[in-house]
Amino acid sequence: MNAESMIPNHNAVTDTTINAMLQLADDNLIMGHRCSEWCGHGPILEQDIALTNIALDFVGQARNFYQYAATILQQMPNEKALALVDFDMVPEQITEDSLACLRDAGAFKNHLLVELPNGDWAQTMLKIFFFSAYRFYLFQLLQKNTDTQLAGIAEKSIKEVQYHLKWSSEWVIRLGDGTDESKNRILKAMDTLWPYAGELFGPAKYELECYQLESIAFETLRVNWLEKVNQIFEMATLPAQSFTQWHQSGGKQGIHTEYLGYILAEMQFLPRTFPNATW
Amino acid sequence: MVNDIQHTEASVWQLLATVRDPEVPVLSVVDLGIVRKVVIVNANTISIIITPTYSGCPAMDVINMQLRMVLLENGFKQVHIEQVLSPAWTTGWMTEEGKEKLRAYGIAPPLPKQTVCHPDVFQEEEAIQCPHCLSYHTRLVSRFGSTACKALYQCLDCREPFDYFKCH
Repeated sequence: MNAESMIPNHNAVTDTTINAMLQLADDNLIMGHRCSEWCGHGPILEQDIALTNIALDFVGQARNFYQYAATILQQMPNEKALALVDFDMVPEQITEDSLACLRDAGAFKNHLLVELPNGDWAQTMLKIFFFSAYRFYLFQLLQKNTDTQLAGIAEKSIKEVQYHLKWSSEWVIRLGDGTDESKNRILKAMDTLWPYAGELFGPAKYELECYQLESIAFETLRVNWLEKVNQIFEMATLPAQSFTQWHQSGGKQGIHTEYLGYILAEMQFLPRTFPNATW
Repeated sequence: MVNDIQHTEASVWQLLATVRDPEVPVLSVVDLGIVRKVVIVNANTISIIITPTYSGCPAMDVINMQLRMVLLENGFKQVHIEQVLSPAWTTGWMTEEGKEKLRAYGIAPPLPKQTVCHPDVFQEEEAIQCPHCLSYHTRLVSRFGSTACKALYQCLDCREPFDYFKCH
């Protein structure tokens, strides 16, 4: 194979990698932002601090994914890099910050689950539990990816995810097996969030290609995830769950709920209004 | 201009050991095991490899800058700092000396063997020793403490709360 025939193939791989890194990064950034909204509002100081710690982990992981995408994009001719990312304000330079702050809702690829409002404590705990369990099984697979940077981020992140998963699992059990009030609240959270859980296991084409996984691997991921959820639900005296045919979706293709626009308006206001502002 | 100071790998490690963790100032970045490799390319150029502790640790940016400063101040003109994520940083890389410094500072060091680094739900880690009165009669208050790397404990004998540098 000569060098020229390698080029189109290489471009496709790059395109796929950028989309997948943005998907992972956007999930992390929006999760981190939602968790940080609890800062100063937690029921007790220790849990407030726990949530802000977790928010910091999410944002830190988001930086790793954005930085990796930015590194790949910086190595390309600028015109080509700009064509790969759907910026609505053209950045002077493609960096982790411009990827996070200069794309609008339609360019964000996060799951709908993560952008939903925090609701009460029960809803936030259940969301972190669902998301952490998904990320735990996903990162186990990504650690084996031949892209060493992606594998490295997964290997690093999974250690943090384990703490989030244990902590949120304990809260789901406490609330489910707690008082009538706490049980009602976690059941209500369950009804609110369940229609959004299925999207986690409906991979976009760019995810399958970048993650080097067949569709069956996502099916296994879904089975493992559901098993974990039901194991914790049993301890929480909550009813066992199963997936139905239908679920909400669209996030990975940039079709979002109205909530995302509000998050971005708050998060992106400053860098858009005062470009290159520094602390 | 050539570097006037004759550096060896050992002397560079000594320089790096002067860089402190801004959040736990008794520990140097060498104690923490953040610096993985030092390569003196020539008298003016040095390359070091570092591994971050936690993905979102805000101290890492400060540490990066301080490492660069100390190398520039000591005669290097070109400083390359490469961040490598894999193998992921673990508390197992912390030096024994670092663990002693932590204890003396009032922070319980990570356990030497991480047999239950990730225990099941509601299962606690092995007994953590109180850095003040050395009792093992302690309880976990919160798995997430004042910084990403610490958990909050309380001693049930001397009643003092203390930080535990959690295993990772």
